[in-house]
Amino acid sequence: MKTLVLIVNRLIWFFPTVLGLLAIVFFISHVIPADPAAFVAGENATPETIAAIRARLGLDQPLHIQFVRYIEAILEGDMGRSIFTGRPVAEDLMSRLPATLELTLVTIVVASLIGIPLGVVSALKRNSWLDHALRVVTIAGLAIASFWFAILLQLLFSMRLGITPLSGRIEGWGPEPITGFYVIDALILWDMEILWDALHHMILPVATLALPAAATIVRFTRAGVLNALESNYVLYETAMGYPRRLVIWKYVLRNALIGTVTQIGLIFGILLAGAVVVEAVFDWPGLGLFAVNAILSSDYNAVMGFTLIAGTMFIVVNLVVDILQGMIDPRETR
Amino acid sequence: MRRVLRKLAEDRAAMLGLALIVLLVLAAIFAPWLSTHPGDVAEFHTARRLSPPGPENWLGTDRMGSDIYSRLLFGARITITIAVTAITIAVIIGVPIGLVAGYYEGLGSDLLMRVSDIFLAVPQIVLAIAIAQTLGPSIENVILALSATYWPFWARLVYAETRSIKNEPFVEAAIALGCSPLRVMVLHILPSISSSIIVRTTIGMGGTILTAATLGFLGLGPPPPTPEWGRTIAESREFLPMAWWYAAFPGLAIFMVVMGFNLLGDGLRDVLDPRLRRAGQHGK
Amino acid sequence: MASELISVRNLRVSFGSDAGTAKVLDGVDLAIRAGEIRGLVGESGCGKTTLARAILGILPRNSARIESGEIRFGGRDLLTLPESALASEVRGREIVYIPQDPSTAFNPVFTIGTQIDDLMRFKSPLLRGGADDRQGFFNSYPRERRAADRARVLELLRLVQLPNPEAVLRKYPHEVSGGQRQRLMIAMALLPEPKLVIADEPTTALDVTVQAQILKLLKQLARERGVAVLFTTHDLGAAYEICDRITVMYAGQEVEEAPVDGFFERPSHPYTRKLLDSLPSSEAGIRGIAGEIPRLIDPPPGCRFHPRCERATGICRTERPPPEAVDALHSVRCHHRLSATEPAS
Ligand SMILES: Nc1ncnc2c1ncn2[C@@H]1O[C@H](COP(=O)(O)OP(=O)(O)O)[C@@H](O)[C@H]1O
Ligand code: SF4
Ligand SMILES: [Mg+2]
Repeated sequence: MKTLVLIVNRLIWFFPTVLGLLAIVFFISHVIPADPAAFVAGENATPETIAAIRARLGLDQPLHIQFVRYIEAILEGDMGRSIFTGRPVAEDLMSRLPATLELTLVTIVVASLIGIPLGVVSALKRNSWLDHALRVVTIAGLAIASFWFAILLQLLFSMRLGITPLSGRIEGWGPEPITGFYVIDALILWDMEILWDALHHMILPVATLALPAAATIVRFTRAGVLNALESNYVLYETAMGYPRRLVIWKYVLRNALIGTVTQIGLIFGILLAGAVVVEAVFDWPGLGLFAVNAILSSDYNAVMGFTLIAGTMFIVVNLVVDILQGMIDPRETR
Repeated sequence: MRRVLRKLAEDRAAMLGLALIVLLVLAAIFAPWLSTHPGDVAEFHTARRLSPPGPENWLGTDRMGSDIYSRLLFGARITITIAVTAITIAVIIGVPIGLVAGYYEGLGSDLLMRVSDIFLAVPQIVLAIAIAQTLGPSIENVILALSATYWPFWARLVYAETRSIKNEPFVEAAIALGCSPLRVMVLHILPSISSSIIVRTTIGMGGTILTAATLGFLGLGPPPPTPEWGRTIAESREFLPMAWWYAAFPGLAIFMVVMGFNLLGDGLRDVLDPRLRRAGQHGK
Repeated sequence: MASELISVRNLRVSFGSDAGTAKVLDGVDLAIRAGEIRGLVGESGCGKTTLARAILGILPRNSARIESGEIRFGGRDLLTLPESALASEVRGREIVYIPQDPSTAFNPVFTIGTQIDDLMRFKSPLLRGGADDRQGFFNSYPRERRAADRARVLELLRLVQLPNPEAVLRKYPHEVSGGQRQRLMIAMALLPEPKLVIADEPTTALDVTVQAQILKLLKQLARERGVAVLFTTHDLGAAYEICDRITVMYAGQEVEEAPVDGFFERPSHPYTRKLLDSLPSSEAGIRGIAGEIPRLIDPPPGCRFHPRCERATGICRTERPPPEAVDALHSVRCHHRLSATEPAS
């Protein structure tokens, strides 16, 4: 019941936020450009094509009618056609979604597995050389441009040492998509070769993306643990002789993680942004690579479609995180 | 104030950050004198293309044979121009919005904050890509795209801070003394939340520079032959692994500058706003 | 004395900070007998909590320093005992703690039941001398012991007058009232069947109406079990309600110790007298004590009370008075103590 109230409460803000996102994208795509139709048609379009598009999009109509039409189209899943692939943008995006999701999800898991213990240790050994070293490393991790880091990794491990694949998601064509997540598909097919190959291809992209994500997790976990360590309940638990390890890895950690979970929404944003360039560098056939190709070929519908999808995913993730946090934090009542 | 500066001076990491920033500024200002080939922003020497670092070209040359070291120095000017202008605009938009929304309560305030929330609900780079793509590649458009996506950070921050100190005695006293709202906001509230703004702005600089470089890398930055760092890295990819210096040094430059702002911001936060460092994770 | 349960001798504790070193406890002596309820009374900031934490061995590690002294308990000096032994054998077993603010002492994100379960898993009296008397994260919690512990828990929750104990165990701390939380704290303190309870201002954070009930409960349960209590408070009335003996502390020095009756009838230290005079009473009304507690960073030498004392002489400024017996049970540290007949100043 409490959970239901919570979900409804968060959903109330979900729809206005998505509508707001649509308004922003509409503004960028329909209001800012002098001639939106020319954008949509692409660089090599003839005046006739442009005129046809202008009529189809109703660009001669007043703005508010255009907006309503725009929303109607989006609701029907119509984001226009891609000049580059010639297919509907929505279809293109959907077919590339699993690749990006797989990459980001694996990254979040990896980053948490590295970041949470390091954050705890950093807090426990506050002001030790380890803590100072981690401080510098995490700040550095957030200061490196992902595209550059990706290139460096590729240069070293793929080109010089030859121990990781240069690019792509898999050798050859990959398995017939079931879920589109290669790791899951490989497990369903119980094909260890595919599984290994998919994981092998993931190493460098995941490493690149995990660096800033893990850095963020370390910092938040550290702050959360320090906060908890200074709390009255830890004082009480210590005074009552609860074993130290129990206090830290159960009582302190749970409190600290509630704060960290909130940050996963933020981290997802970092990852999505990172995916654009990381996918471009590693030729990872996901949303990011699609967006970069769209930018390079001035494929306007595709760029706007990507913005919309990325924004919506981000909003949905934050919604889920919000609800999750409400569920794991017993004090949350709203 | 002096105490703050002294404590900051004791923080070696923050001082390193400051040094890196000073280095960037000096590089930008004195680029024409510091560079070994000042003309190479526009000229090329195809005979020398892709030469490795050496006595003639300290950091090697690019695909046009232009001196990478010199181009990096001039690139610093672009970086500074973009980051400073974009952040200034973002602050000029965001701070007043946050102040007003925080000071007055009501539908208008809620609406303003909702709008900034929606902006914050989209990853900055994604929004910046959409705007930059629409506007076309140029320095001005990068600045526009960045300030349009970054202002809500300041609006949110200032809003929350204003809300939290609005009922402090010194603010209420000023209101009771008949100060106009504008006066209260600018002379009483703004000074006492300035340290948070400074911290946020310093850290924001790093983020903005990264985003700007990413736009450059994606081809949405200022067009060639501008020596923009992100674009230089994109160009270099064709020539890897042979011309490693082509990719390595511009990336290092970006890293050093962003690291500078992040280190300084981290140190400033410790000194100015200890509350933030230990901030409760639960206060909702 | 053989019947002493715990004896603190010449304890000096200081806190380091940017501003200097605060000498917070200055040669404190304190002995508590088995089963005794002892009040530790003094103004806020005089070092009560510091003393309590020193006994428990939970002073903040990075700022507090123990300069000298010993704390004898069960034939050992707690100050020289390694932290691991303290945590597993003393804290939560022999000596337990009831905190000042029960609303923040519970971990907010675990149910009360979980927190009590974990206490019993490591501190249950059934463990005493048992084979699995070890500490560790992955220690097993044998089912039979768990069931027996659960029964004890429910019984004690009933004794502290919590309605519907099973339901309380399933709740989160924020779902029960402040008074109930403190009852739970008392129950948790008594569950391990300790010898000494350290209750640091256990009722200060509660409503006045609840305070009296909680104190009565604490006193009754401690008496029934013969558990000694060190009860710190700045509330003389509360101390009068539940204590056998009272120790008065001033600025990190204990100054007088007496049975409750002697304490209220024959205060012998000028500070104690002023404390009593400042109590609201029908004739006197509320009178504060003139002067301020000294800065502990550079405290007055000798008797720390001398800057505020009307009887102070030269010797007070140089030498801390030794304890002197007023009668067999009553001792005081003052160079010029008040005699029983002397009128209030
Ligand atoms: N962690 C600490 N760091 C520095 N000084 C402290 C700390 N804890 C207590 N003190 C100082 O020790 C003195 C005694 O404090 P405390 O034992 O809490 O007194 P009480 O419990 O009697 O109110 C006070 O002056 C206080 O400022
Ligand atoms: S020793 Fe001296 S200063 Fe201290 S209380 Fe007694 S008379 Fe006063
Ligand atoms: Mg206290």
